Amino acid sequence: MNGSPIIEGFIEAIRLIITLNPQVVEITIRSLYVSLTATFFAALIALPIGALIYFYEFRGKHAVVSTLQTLYALPTVIVGLLMFLLLSNIGPFGFLRLLYTPGGMIVTQTVLIIPLLMGLTVSALSGIDRDKRYTITALGASRFQTVTTIIMEARFAVMSGVLLGFGRAIAEVGTVMIVGGNIRGATRVLTTAIALNTSMANYSMSIALGIILLGVALGVNIALSLVQRR
Amino acid sequence: MAIIEAHSIKKSYGNLEVLHDVDLSVQEGEILGLIGPSGSGKSTLLRILDLIEPANGGELSVFGIDTVEERGRWLDLRRRMGMLFQRPIVFNASVYDNVAMGLRYRGASSDDIDRRVKGALEAVGLSRYMGGRATDLSGGEQQRVALSRVLVTGPEILFLDEPTANLDPGSTATIEAIVARLNREEGTTVLISTHDLSQGQRLAHRVAVMIEGTVAQAGSPREIFHEPRDQKIARFVGVQNIIPGRVVSRKEGLTTVEAGGRRLVSTTPPPAEEVELIIRGEDISLHRRKPGYEEAENLFPATVTAIEPMVPFVNVTVHCGCDLAALVTTRRAEALGLHEGIEVWVSLHAKAVHLIPREGPG
Repeated sequence: MNGSPIIEGFIEAIRLIITLNPQVVEITIRSLYVSLTATFFAALIALPIGALIYFYEFRGKHAVVSTLQTLYALPTVIVGLLMFLLLSNIGPFGFLRLLYTPGGMIVTQTVLIIPLLMGLTVSALSGIDRDKRYTITALGASRFQTVTTIIMEARFAVMSGVLLGFGRAIAEVGTVMIVGGNIRGATRVLTTAIALNTSMANYSMSIALGIILLGVALGVNIALSLVQRR
Repeated sequence: MAIIEAHSIKKSYGNLEVLHDVDLSVQEGEILGLIGPSGSGKSTLLRILDLIEPANGGELSVFGIDTVEERGRWLDLRRRMGMLFQRPIVFNASVYDNVAMGLRYRGASSDDIDRRVKGALEAVGLSRYMGGRATDLSGGEQQRVALSRVLVTGPEILFLDEPTANLDPGSTATIEAIVARLNREEGTTVLISTHDLSQGQRLAHRVAVMIEGTVAQAGSPREIFHEPRDQKIARFVGVQNIIPGRVVSRKEGLTTVEAGGRRLVSTTPPPAEEVELIIRGEDISLHRRKPGYEEAENLFPATVTAIEPMVPFVNVTVHCGCDLAALVTTRRAEALGLHEGIEVWVSLHAKAVHLIPREGPG
């Protein structure tokens, strides 16, 4: 049916993307910036700790790994609420003035995906079977060489974990809404912009941003399958 | 000089005892075959001797160094040894990088690595795959990559854990030839575990039999196959006849044993009064008529009760008071015109009758 707001919105959305509408570009760049940075810091923290959990035997190791796996599904609004309380004026980190800033969103998304990255690092390293570890030892590897060889061997599985973490960060709306506040030109990202524009019946903008978000998700998936094929 | 000396080695995983009271000494420059049924602890023992994992108890010295006292030297000792595993194991990297691993761990120079890796790949016929991914190769090729990865490090002791269990006959022959040459030309000491008895005999100077977590007997292949120390070893090395008997007399170096009403003589001194006779099927000769001249000490008539083909042999069961299983070639069985129910003459050297003490009741 001609004149349908959905079809018109769709056509307008394509136009917004092709003409590189400044608002669309700005929101997309901010979204990528926040989530990529969060993924980077989360990987920086989670990968070494995940490796430590895997390589060291300690009491309660099993419980730690189970807890991490439970935290994979942690509701984003709960993390958002918790980080809001910590970063707000009444919280212990209020002095950092991170609330309603991209910095605060990065910190929050970092916290959100650390358990996922840590847990997936542990499983990636556990994927190196016993016989391979025996072989490494038998070839005369020192303790440190053993660790680096196992990490090298698990590199593609670890990278898959990092990509999954980025996918979770860029697609979630709960924490960025609560901690970022969806402030235009400051903390508005793809997901929060879609939520807002949809509620304002500004469908073409929502669809345009949705197509971009889907494109990013598709890109992550293509990268994942390339990595997993190795 | 013994290059490996192990005493009373013990190993458990949780409540599961895998090794107990293992005594084994390996001489420098020999090939020792470690044979035994699956689950008898062969792989675990090799890992302990290669210092991949520690034993829970016992003494172990390698290259004359007490490994229990000198835990700090394990890495150095391990770097003088090498091990090839049953399952072909390659890492997700190029064939070249796979073979270079051990040398890189040892901090070899890149020129040295390059020269030795290329030489090693040449030797196993895999030069053309050098830059390819090791994981793309077939199982036999991967095992050859794994073998060259061990050999480039020039191990003084080489452990092989059922290295050909999953391979086709061609790859098996290649690997056996490489191992035999290495031992002959470089004087490498080799420990090879296998459940393939013929491989054990073919390659090994000496054989150790593992039964239920311990080395039950060690000696020349001849000794193990003809003079097994107990019933379990006898069964494992494929002795067809294990017959209970009672020692009657001993004179002029011959022991007379009565089994099922039949008297047999053996050169083994009586180990007990109640014994088991250990007789290999291939040592029993069958004849259509009573031989005119026969130097075997045991000669008696019997009735054929069963014939079972085991190409290129035939397993013939004869009754002579006790049941005896004889292994004759298919051609000889045809020449004798064997069929169930006919009378034959059995001859058997006293030397081929080995005696062991009978175990427990029954």
